[in-house]
Amino acid sequence: MRNFLRDYPAEAKLLAVLLLMCTGLSIAAPQFLTLTNFSSLLNNNAVNVIWATGLLVVLIAGGIDISFAVAGSVVQYLCVYAFTAIGGGNWAVGFLCAGVFGIGLGLINAFLIHQFRIISIVVTISTFNAFFGLLMFFSSGRFLYNLPSWWSGRVILWEYKTASGAWADLTLPVAVMVAAMVATWALIRHTTTGRQLYAFGDNAEGARRVGINVGMMQAIAFGWCGMMAGIGGLMQANITKEVVPNALIGRELDVLAAVVLGGARLGGGRGSVLGCFMGVLLVAIAQNGLNLLGVSPYAFKMVIGLIILIAISTSNVDLAALLAPRRRER
Amino acid sequence: MLPLIARIKAAFGAEVSGLLAFLLLVVVVFGATAPNFLTLANFDSIAFQLPELGLLTLAMLIPIISGGFNLAIIYTANMAGLTLAFVLNLHGGPDAGFWPFVYGSVLALGVGALAGCVMGLVIAYIGAHPILVSLAMMIFLRGLGEFLTRGGDISGFPPYLAALGHGSVLGIPVPLILFLVCAALWHVLLTRTRHGFAARMVGSNLRATSYAGIHSKRTLTLVYTLSGMMCAVAGILMLARFNSVRVGHGEALLLVTVLACFLGGVDPFGGFGRVVPVVIALIVLQVLSSGLNLLGANQHLSTAVWGLFLTGVMILRWGAGRIADRQRGRS
Repeated sequence: MRNFLRDYPAEAKLLAVLLLMCTGLSIAAPQFLTLTNFSSLLNNNAVNVIWATGLLVVLIAGGIDISFAVAGSVVQYLCVYAFTAIGGGNWAVGFLCAGVFGIGLGLINAFLIHQFRIISIVVTISTFNAFFGLLMFFSSGRFLYNLPSWWSGRVILWEYKTASGAWADLTLPVAVMVAAMVATWALIRHTTTGRQLYAFGDNAEGARRVGINVGMMQAIAFGWCGMMAGIGGLMQANITKEVVPNALIGRELDVLAAVVLGGARLGGGRGSVLGCFMGVLLVAIAQNGLNLLGVSPYAFKMVIGLIILIAISTSNVDLAALLAPRRRER
Repeated sequence: MLPLIARIKAAFGAEVSGLLAFLLLVVVVFGATAPNFLTLANFDSIAFQLPELGLLTLAMLIPIISGGFNLAIIYTANMAGLTLAFVLNLHGGPDAGFWPFVYGSVLALGVGALAGCVMGLVIAYIGAHPILVSLAMMIFLRGLGEFLTRGGDISGFPPYLAALGHGSVLGIPVPLILFLVCAALWHVLLTRTRHGFAARMVGSNLRATSYAGIHSKRTLTLVYTLSGMMCAVAGILMLARFNSVRVGHGEALLLVTVLACFLGGVDPFGGFGRVVPVVIALIVLQVLSSGLNLLGANQHLSTAVWGLFLTGVMILRWGAGRIADRQRGRS
């Protein structure tokens, strides 16, 4: 327990806050602690978690990506045209296309960052503008509704009729979310590449001198983020059953806030999959709780902004040191 | 000619001549290809469009120079605009006299300063990352604004505000005058005052600056407070130009302001940056957009071109840096 506190201070704090919030909400709002509520929470936040795992890898590698949500929109459009061109497709082709297109867009970022030594925030802000501008220009802002039926159909993986007669179900995006989390966890925790990503994020020059391939690190981080952006875009279209060019723009900053709440550090070298999942969940549960408590929907964002502000302001307080003050005196 | 360039470089920084060359190139290319580009009406419309983006960019500039960021600029501007709108509506909306405008504006500046000050305090005294603090402030202010306005817009302002938004003095648009005055103020602040020097030093090396005896925490707080006040000026101008206030007005400009700063040669890590190249970069962006517009492209293509343009400029700077390195190696 103490090791968890010491190694993952942000995650531990977040877990405490989450537990506190869940306890409070389950007492104040009886609908909160139901299977239906939890399954819909997961269904609604799967895309954010998918994106968050991608962004996490970039943050660990010491970069930042502003362009991924827009990249997700670009991938949606590319996918629609690709599926029309090959005459239909199926889920396997869909994941492959979305992943490959996403990786391609991510590699553009990585190439510019590595080849021309431009810092990631400058590159991704310019690609953000370029992607979005070109997307709006070429799509003329048109919505697309004529998605293949396999894509727009709701895929229910698990359902359960609760005692009150309401259905609780988990859909495909949730499974993809779990897969994304497991894959990212395996990448950053159980491969040499993952250790190298942490090392590179913590000290880029030091990593270069011990012989880590720096260009490869950027390519893996941004390629991974791009892939998750593309797959997230695919899932988003599955949920909304339409493709809208400006639907995803603006989400990048919300996801960034959630990932950082989960203990990832701007500047690199720190962050975990569990933390970024909890970060997304904190925002989601706060909103869900406000909703169940009957707070005006107009106040949601204000309260959530305040929560994030307080969380970030207190994130430098060392919890492990507070719990073990004696060890310090010795 | 060459001594003149050398003097410009000495006075305003090395970026200026390159950017001026870019500006000239863009004007020549569009002058040759786009009809009506080299007309007074076109330059008039550029002069009216520039100031909003310009003021917001100034608000972004100082935090970046101090090594930080301010993502909350748009919503700070919106909140300041809302404050003024509330005051004006309290005094009869279109029938409001001049004094409500004056003290409404003062209140708006106060709101902007307060939002900035809170961010500055958290960044300086708690040491949280500026991107995160301003991001949280942005989400909070957006929520607050939506809560107060219910997502709608507030309009119905006294007619004299049109003079601020659309009037001209001696043929120069009033918004442009406002922007130039603010830019001059910022230039003087950054190059001639103790605070400006401290802000640049904090951006270069926070710890060294603290050890050198500069109250770096106070400097950071002041940097964000001033940024918030500049947002408020932009918010007041936006109110006058659109004759309405809505939370979310100008949302798309957020990342464009960052783009303009980087284009103007501001160091993304902080410490270095000047007002004059940023102003020229803004003019380049606006001229690009208006030229493309006259050629029949829409605003979105301009956005894309802005992004590609920034990438291009960064690549050119990288190339220039390598050539300079090679020459230094040889000599």
